[in-house]
Amino acid sequence: MGRPFGSGEFLYLLKAIPWTLLLSLGALVGGGIVGLVIAILRTAPSAPLRWLATGYIELFQGTPVLMQLFVTYYGIAVLFDIQVGAWPAVLTAFTLYSGAFLGEIWRGSIQAIPRAQWEAAACLSLSFPKQLWLVILPQAARISIPPTVGFAVQLIKTTSIAAIIGFVELTRAGQLMTNTTFKPMIVYPIVAALYFILCWPLSLLAQRLESRIDTSLGIKQHF
Amino acid sequence: MNYVFQFNVVWDHFPELLTGALLTIRLSASAMALGLCLAVLCAYGKSAGPQPVRWLVSGYIELIRNTPFLVQIFIFYFSLPVIGLRLTANTAALLAMTVNLGAYASEIVRAGIEAIPHGQVEAARALGLKRLQIFRKIIIFPAVQTVYPALASQFILLMLSSSVVSTISAVELTAITNSLQSTTFRSFEFYFVATGLYLAMALAFRAGLSSIYWAVFRRGRPASR
Repeated sequence: MGRPFGSGEFLYLLKAIPWTLLLSLGALVGGGIVGLVIAILRTAPSAPLRWLATGYIELFQGTPVLMQLFVTYYGIAVLFDIQVGAWPAVLTAFTLYSGAFLGEIWRGSIQAIPRAQWEAAACLSLSFPKQLWLVILPQAARISIPPTVGFAVQLIKTTSIAAIIGFVELTRAGQLMTNTTFKPMIVYPIVAALYFILCWPLSLLAQRLESRIDTSLGIKQHF
Repeated sequence: MNYVFQFNVVWDHFPELLTGALLTIRLSASAMALGLCLAVLCAYGKSAGPQPVRWLVSGYIELIRNTPFLVQIFIFYFSLPVIGLRLTANTAALLAMTVNLGAYASEIVRAGIEAIPHGQVEAARALGLKRLQIFRKIIIFPAVQTVYPALASQFILLMLSSSVVSTISAVELTAITNSLQSTTFRSFEFYFVATGLYLAMALAFRAGLSSIYWAVFRRGRPASR
């Protein structure tokens, strides 16, 4: 009836954590670049650019991540005629996915900056890119930190889906260990606990940052 | 690119995809209804219950919100049978979705409850209403109305994440797509069309949820001001 679940098996789970973190970090950095472009396009003066960015967000927030993963995985193979490994495929898919979410979060931060700031920057005869870069983005970055940390938690949890296409991160390692030990009642709660240890401090941090911004800027609205 | 797209294979199997989509819709709609009930209960427990209940509810919410949905499904489907709770794939899926949604939605509902002006509660108390009566008659309806948009987005996120339950052989849209693409070798085409179906369902759910909003909260009342 399978191997017992001992320290070796536990170590195997621990060794999978860096892959979960690496995937999350890669998607956060890549998605950050995509998201910044999307956020700027969403607030751009030109309507077609705004539609483009809105369409992108609707597409990626309106379809399951798992489907995005499959379409990316098979899409790369079909469109570019190359067979890619799991790692580039999941990294691409999660980058596109987090680009849409970060884009929407940061659009909110940009739009939370009072209109007068734009007007004041325009009065100083700054061009649109300079208004954005020198005046708006530095202020928007400040309010965007708590929701961005919150999204990082969501991203870490979402990377578990990469297990389904066979990418070995924490969840996949849990599946593999269940298959060798036949002890799902031990393995999966441990996997859940490990995710909890990764995510909970970040969740608390996000909450704390949010309450601090609430008191210092008074920007968060109560509805 | 010398790949020839063959979408006609997909159209041949389209009715099967629709059967899968139907199960996705049924699972999601049931989980939305049950999850909302669970969320309201938890929100009541956390804002008005005795201290142990508050801790219990907070623990449940933090636990669910800080672990992946996929692992939660595995625990419901693979771990619970070990302690004698054997669930069918569909039941396990529905249970996992409900428990997951309950945690996220109860935080949303609680935000709505906290937004109710305190004077209303005091007025109700002055009229001699009991705590549960105040919650039922004064608080919960406007609270849910306030946070309805956030709840609706959470519902749609739940519908999308239901694709993950294909891993425990609940035969919803993703599972059907998986098995069809593996027999026809038209992976890209099948996943592409399934993704389109999900997008359509997300839009349909959004429209459905906002018409529920109008039917429940706006009927017979003056337009918003």
